[in-house]
Amino acid sequence: MVEIRFHGRGGQGTVIASKILADAVSKEDKYVQAFPQFGVERRGAPVFAFIRIDDQPIYNRSKIIAPDHIIVVDPSLIDAIDVTEGLKKGAKILINSARKPKDFKYLGKKFQIFTVDATEIALKYKLGSKAAPIVNTAILGAVPRIFDFVQLESIVTSVREGVPVNPDDNAAAAREAYESVKGV
Amino acid sequence: MKKVIMGNHAISYGATLSRVQVIAAYPITPQTQVVELLSEIVADQKLKAEFIKVESEHSAMAACIGASSAGARAFTATSAQGLALMHELLHWAAGARLPIVMADINRAMAPPWTIWTDQNDSLSQRDTGWMQFYCQSNQEVLDSVIMAYKVAEKVLMPVMIVLDAFSLSHTYETVDVPDQALVDKYLPPLDYKYRLDVNDPHTYGGLTTPDWYMEFRIKMHEAMDQALVEIKKDAAEFEKVFGRRYDPVEPYMVDDADIVLVTSGTAASTARFAVDQMRKKGKKVGNLRMRLLRPFPFADVREHLKNAKKVVVIDRDISYGYHGIWAQEVKSALYGHSKVPVFNYIAGLGGRDIFPETIMNIVADVKKMKRPEQDLYWVEVKK
Repeated sequence: MVEIRFHGRGGQGTVIASKILADAVSKEDKYVQAFPQFGVERRGAPVFAFIRIDDQPIYNRSKIIAPDHIIVVDPSLIDAIDVTEGLKKGAKILINSARKPKDFKYLGKKFQIFTVDATEIALKYKLGSKAAPIVNTAILGAVPRIFDFVQLESIVTSVREGVPVNPDDNAAAAREAYESVKGV
Repeated sequence: MKKVIMGNHAISYGATLSRVQVIAAYPITPQTQVVELLSEIVADQKLKAEFIKVESEHSAMAACIGASSAGARAFTATSAQGLALMHELLHWAAGARLPIVMADINRAMAPPWTIWTDQNDSLSQRDTGWMQFYCQSNQEVLDSVIMAYKVAEKVLMPVMIVLDAFSLSHTYETVDVPDQALVDKYLPPLDYKYRLDVNDPHTYGGLTTPDWYMEFRIKMHEAMDQALVEIKKDAAEFEKVFGRRYDPVEPYMVDDADIVLVTSGTAASTARFAVDQMRKKGKKVGNLRMRLLRPFPFADVREHLKNAKKVVVIDRDISYGYHGIWAQEVKSALYGHSKVPVFNYIAGLGGRDIFPETIMNIVADVKKMKRPEQDLYWVEVKK
């Protein structure tokens, strides 16, 4: 069982990212559960999404309070909230950032840090607007690079099927992110 | 075809596959994405149905009653206060013997205002004459909509499909969406014998004197008894066609268990997970998941609890001044049949999470007692 928490802000597609990842994992015949923080969402406010992945049926339906890993879709959250709350020792942290993983070492010695500049990639492929790029598909491309529970091709297929517009650009963004992960 | 979908959309797909002909729904809070997707499916002409937007849930049920009386397969969905607003017409739908199916997303009742889950909304409709199926997975939600029409149209009583807000309604998981051809084979078009027909006019539900009223009620009660028989028969038929089985109750490791939990909804799923954890430590604990509230599966409950030394009912609901509603049902089923002590724990109201640890702590608490020292115990509450 792997449990992951996503951190983003309302409007960035964080919940959709968890759903697309669930879809990709499901394509590989694994069991999966993805859910948002249960409540009301506001644009710009911190939002959470969760995913559970297992080879066995998943019966636990309670909230995830001690995730194995986290994915930070919006790096500005790192200074705003404690993104590592409850995070298990040995966790991988994937951050959407142009900076190097060592710049985030202060998050804790017991974690492995990876970065990918999903914002830059989203802007390059004109995903969303200049002011509010949609970074979720780019960051998903980085996931198979650092975790072994899903393959890039499944991610690309699920991105294509899961986005409302521009499947080609979103798929290309995911592939580019896969190639540009720092810290691997 | 396998699809990753949320519980709300599992209902929409279930209704679409059931080829519902009339959907009447109030489109604003506390409505969910159930009818949002259905309205798109109807607008895209992927389902030949009339989608009626109404000004209240009371009107939604009234429109379903009208449609069903005319012989159409009718569907609606609601939550919490919306279900409460339908209350009067829930009695009417059942009394008129209309095979309407509705989904209720379990949300706690206000005030204080809330959008999170508990079961007080649906459980307080217990005596309206609706069957109630409580689900624990999105697959079960989709399948239950289809099964609901089958039994409703056989015994002419309405069915409510019940699922937890958020922990199912907004949770994405893999669902096998069956082929339309399979569903068509399993669920033929509705042929409602008593439909309103201008060429053969009848009056239904008119003033009935004490000479006859009771006989109508006996018929309803007998239809519910028959429903239980049909549901059990159908479990095998559904399994034959779709490869999945749903019985009125779902026992898990109860046969040799000293302590048997009785649970429903997603709490039942988490309880099963907790049972696995406790079994690994050698604790003889089992779980009995309740799928049916009405018709109540008395015989199954007695059978699966017969070896238990202690029964623990976990209620995500409360009957103020009494105790948990499921506990009341279980005690009533056991009375005169068993001397097993029944403990009642109230947990998770208004969406407070029920963790595996919550359930393990309840079991640890019960182990310390010979018999319940209180009528009910509140779980994880502020002092």
